Amino acid sequence: MPETLQFYLFAALAIGASALVIGQRNPMHSVLLLIASFGALAGLYVLLDAPFVAVAQIIIYAGAIMVLFLFVVMLLNAPQEDAHKDPFALVRQSGLTRVGAVLALLLLLQLSWALLSVSGLAGPVDAGGDAAVVSSVPELGRVLFTDYMFAFEATSVLILVAMVGAVVLAGRRENEE
Amino acid sequence: MDGWLGFVIMSVLGVGFAAVMIGLSVLLGPRNPTPEKLAPYECGMPAVGDARERHSVRFYLVAMIFLLFDIEIAFLYPWAVALRDLGWAGFVQVLTFFCVLTVGFVYVWRKGVLDWGPVARRAGDPVQKKAA
Amino acid sequence: MELRLLVQLGIIGLAFFMLINASAVLVLAERKIMAAIQQRYGPYLVGPHGMLQPLADILKLLMKEELRPKEADKWLFTLAPVIAVTAAFTAFATVPFGAETTFFGLLDEPVKLGIADVNVGLLVVFAVTSMGVYGIVLAGWASNSKYSLLGGLRSSAQMISYELSYATALASVVLLSGSLSLREIVNAQEGYWFGFIPQWYLFLQPLGFIIYGIAGVAETNRAPFDFPEAEQELVSGYNTEYSSVRFALFPQAEYINMVTMSAVATNLYLGGWHFPFVPVEYGWIAFLAKVGFLLFAYIWIRWTVPRYRYDQLMQFGWKWLLPAAVINLLITAAVFLYFNA
Repeated sequence: MPETLQFYLFAALAIGASALVIGQRNPMHSVLLLIASFGALAGLYVLLDAPFVAVAQIIIYAGAIMVLFLFVVMLLNAPQEDAHKDPFALVRQSGLTRVGAVLALLLLLQLSWALLSVSGLAGPVDAGGDAAVVSSVPELGRVLFTDYMFAFEATSVLILVAMVGAVVLAGRRENEE
Repeated sequence: MDGWLGFVIMSVLGVGFAAVMIGLSVLLGPRNPTPEKLAPYECGMPAVGDARERHSVRFYLVAMIFLLFDIEIAFLYPWAVALRDLGWAGFVQVLTFFCVLTVGFVYVWRKGVLDWGPVARRAGDPVQKKAA
Repeated sequence: MELRLLVQLGIIGLAFFMLINASAVLVLAERKIMAAIQQRYGPYLVGPHGMLQPLADILKLLMKEELRPKEADKWLFTLAPVIAVTAAFTAFATVPFGAETTFFGLLDEPVKLGIADVNVGLLVVFAVTSMGVYGIVLAGWASNSKYSLLGGLRSSAQMISYELSYATALASVVLLSGSLSLREIVNAQEGYWFGFIPQWYLFLQPLGFIIYGIAGVAETNRAPFDFPEAEQELVSGYNTEYSSVRFALFPQAEYINMVTMSAVATNLYLGGWHFPFVPVEYGWIAFLAKVGFLLFAYIWIRWTVPRYRYDQLMQFGWKWLLPAAVINLLITAAVFLYFNA
């Protein structure tokens, strides 16, 4: 199969699954479709000759973050949206959703501006000189632990904050009662 | 076989195998449902309530901490592959990284997130009390 | 070129066929070994010494009625076993099982005995295995039964907890070999120390091997860590509501996962297809023997060690296994640098 065809296959899968995510009434189905979408993204990374990014995408996004989502859905036991309800009721009632709609419109405008301002999309996009170098895992390690050393160490602090935050959030209600 | 083709073939074969087996059983198996057969199993008693109830927040906490350590592991593999070039500088970096993580790990440990069952109950753990 | 592609497809087909049959063979082996441990005969009626028992089991399961609880989620209930089995098959895809071979001069250029050879193979195994958890947790959730849900929830927490330990343990081997390709890791273990000790990572990483072994048993939900289906507490856990083939696919996935875990352990710690006095051309026999031994150990452990309590399992995983794996990695890195930097 030619590479372009593979690209369009994975791209269509990713976009289709993502579109279905927001169309589901059952949050569990949304979680699954999002996993499918991440899988298609991993396929795109493989086509871009970045297998490590593809695998990291599966391990972290599809394997860890989605397990967390799944637990949150099961934990909250978010009820299924009632199919008989007026689908636009929320839009008519809440001011918050209007703000959301405006933000979404702004995002759409921004994205279309960004896409239009990129000239020469017909040709290959220039990714800079070191793109080929970074695609191998040892090179990635070398770059990550020399040039991006500070960012790497900062990540540890971020993880620490997230750990403390999760524990504090989970125990909060107990203290209030 | 080189490259990802074998990987794709294998996953297609896997899905195909499952589909064929399920299809065969649909064709071969009898179909005679009764309300009792279609009720969830609760030791022979009529089912009480819905199964999808709320669960202990502990599972959420475990998933959260797993996610954070998973990110650490994703960093660890490029480091492990490149260590012979990085030398002691790379070792010190990861040691620092682990030291910061250890602070978080000790905090989580002391807060009783890693305690389950009797140990947690003995410690008068807040998560456990909330679930009860 | 045509012949070469045909041979490669043949290898894939053979591996797939072996994996399908592995579960049948392992079910029989499990029942026979269990019977021997408990001083019984085990299955004895179907075929000579009960050898055809798995065939009878499969036929019986095919003829059974498919039941799905009324309140169950229709799609996810069927999708869950499909996910479990597909993840199990796919996880094996990047595991090589033999050296390069020309099949005794049949081919001009040697082919690699393996399904897919990618340079991040080890991480692919890791990633695809982590997808297997969805099969179990969705089975538990979709059934809408209390036992299933508890089993699914427990097992997902268990699997993610032990995934960390085994990924960290494997990082030590990656560090020593400097590669993420399973084939390169195996080839790094060729040769001998002092002329007679094979250079297997088992001897450099005994603690890592033990950690991987324990986490591997927990990851495949086998006794003494078989909490997803702890029958005394949860009837049958996540697959309580399953019947017929959709039920059979779960143990099938479990047995294939056992084979994958054993094959990865063989490649990473036991020198893969290298074995003293066995020419590399016949290395796949040594590989099969090693995998077979590890599978025997799996069954042996199951029928010898009693099940842990769930709280013990989680505390052991987080408070002992994970710190041990991290310390093992740091010590390995320090020693490695001391000799190589």
